[in-house]
Amino acid sequence: MSRRLFAALLVGAAALTFGPSPAGAQAPIRIGAVLSVTGPASFLGDPEARTLRLYIDRINQAGGVLGRRLELVLYDDGGDANRARTFATRLVEDDRVVAMVGGTTTGTTMAMIPVFEEARIPFISLAGGIEIIEPVKPFTFKTPHTDKMACEKIFEDLRKRGLTRVGLISGTGGFGASMRTQCLRVAPAFGITIVADERYGPGDTDMTPQLTRIRNAPGGVQAVVNADFGQGPAIVTRNFAQLGLGVPLYQSHGVASRSFIELAGPAAEGVRLPAAALLVAEQLPDSDPQKRVVMEYKQLYESTQNQPVSTFGGHAYDGLMILIEAIRRAGSTDGVRIRDAVRQTRGFIGTGGVVNMSETDHMGLDLSAFRMIEIRNGTWRLLD
Amino acid sequence: MDQLLQFVFSGLTVGAVYALVALGFTLIYNASDVINFAQGEFVMLGGMVTVFAVAAGMPLPLAALVAIAVAVATGLALHRLAIEPARGASAVTLIIVTIGASILIRGLAQMVFDRQFHALPAFTGEEPIRVLGASILPQSLWVLGGAAAIVLALWLFMERTLLGKAVRATAANRLAARLVGIDTTLVLALAFGISGAIGAIAGILITPITLTSFAVGTLLALKGFAAAMLGGMGNPVGAVVGGLALGLLESLAAGFISSTYKDAVAFLVILGVLFVLPQGLFGRRAVERV
Repeated sequence: MSRRLFAALLVGAAALTFGPSPAGAQAPIRIGAVLSVTGPASFLGDPEARTLRLYIDRINQAGGVLGRRLELVLYDDGGDANRARTFATRLVEDDRVVAMVGGTTTGTTMAMIPVFEEARIPFISLAGGIEIIEPVKPFTFKTPHTDKMACEKIFEDLRKRGLTRVGLISGTGGFGASMRTQCLRVAPAFGITIVADERYGPGDTDMTPQLTRIRNAPGGVQAVVNADFGQGPAIVTRNFAQLGLGVPLYQSHGVASRSFIELAGPAAEGVRLPAAALLVAEQLPDSDPQKRVVMEYKQLYESTQNQPVSTFGGHAYDGLMILIEAIRRAGSTDGVRIRDAVRQTRGFIGTGGVVNMSETDHMGLDLSAFRMIEIRNGTWRLLD
Repeated sequence: MDQLLQFVFSGLTVGAVYALVALGFTLIYNASDVINFAQGEFVMLGGMVTVFAVAAGMPLPLAALVAIAVAVATGLALHRLAIEPARGASAVTLIIVTIGASILIRGLAQMVFDRQFHALPAFTGEEPIRVLGASILPQSLWVLGGAAAIVLALWLFMERTLLGKAVRATAANRLAARLVGIDTTLVLALAFGISGAIGAIAGILITPITLTSFAVGTLLALKGFAAAMLGGMGNPVGAVVGGLALGLLESLAAGFISSTYKDAVAFLVILGVLFVLPQGLFGRRAVERV
């Protein structure tokens, strides 16, 4: 509640500062958000919430949308799917939002989908799981890359290097388990043989037994892929260096933050991972279509929030902008017409990639959205 | 062969930490029949305080001393503010008090420090030592050596000092100890203080290998408790053997059977042992005289 009040005050203050604007004349367009600002997924939800507040203020200062102000109604589910669903119902029934951006984790998103589908309100999720958009649900979209794409991008890179025998090591948490399934599924299409499939628990502190098994896999191993986020990959990377496996190590987009390099230390040198262009904004060539967008977002976020930009906040930027453009194109706040307009998004350049939605693709990203990155001298280097 | 050796190195390093946590359980259990579930938080405090003291510019040895002091103070405060006022309550009530204390300490750590994971630099380099095709980190030797030193120091204290004998007397029979003039309240406070120090040292030694965050204590307390039960609650030798055995079981199960079910395998073995020997490997037989 206090957040809403705060947002309203901010908007009010903006209106006072910038004098009477046409945006104040009509009732505001209400956009809902349920994010995991606190709790275990706060490192995802916090930058998402900051991004939404930042950009909604800016859009209002520039005159709003369709001549109306935007109003953000944001709730914090603390990472709890039950609370997310309660807030979703409140957004639909009490707050009467016209569209929804958010759902930080796959768990909270899946809990909220039925509410928005039933109310026929467009819902743009910021979570990674592929089950959000497969099968396609009429009103549900998402902006982040899927774990399946991460597997494909890694395997594509392996194929380029002529490496086919891969050892897989994954965490048993939701993200690691899901990515493991996807990697096992798409491996044959890239001519990859998974010669070892090892797992570790969420609190495990030593993965040398698993990595030893991978090293001794019958027939030998040519590369190792680690599917997980958090501290697990940092320990795997350290153990990997300790054992001296001498083959390339690939991590997932789940470790695309500064803290991974700090935790893994010198062992992180040479590790490769697929990640969004935002991670290497400065290194993009000027000809890259995403260069301008990611640099603008990065500079604005870092100068106003006093913290380094993350790809997670970028997903919120993409979701909000896709929605705003769709409302402008639809010229209406009717749920079905906004949905149709979101679906017609073509060539939208976001921080996560170039988005081309369709009736059968409610994410709209292809493999070009992922960049292959290598850690060199303690920092990210763009490879392709 | 090199494979087996690698699993043994891994198991012993992890097991040494379980052993130290189990030792902390044992000390307090002997002095008071209380199972202190805040034991894991001492390990967390050891690691986190050191990390933040180093980040604030302190040299590592000084930061480690500060961390041990903080953990000892926390142990003493836990005794003075939570256990002592509830004196006379049943052991179960006191155990619940320690669970509450562990949640409180974790919550405070989350506010005072942060929610991120942190690492410490290894004490003597990161270059692994190769032994017969297996590799071990120098830091693992620190963990093993540190654990051995703590066990030895504790043994000397218990066997060779008057205060240590008072602790053993209290463990053997509290009423009799009080009758011969031993201040059992002091002994209990001492047990909490020493447990805090042991936990903190364990935390400092393993942080360069395992990383630390405000939440690492919960799992360590659980594993340390399982180790103490396996060895026989109340027996210091049992705590050490139980800890090392649990660590070895986990790594051998992950290495030879299945990494998915390694925890299940370890706990199945513990259940099996307790089924045959309900008092644990080295536990005293509880005989009720009627």
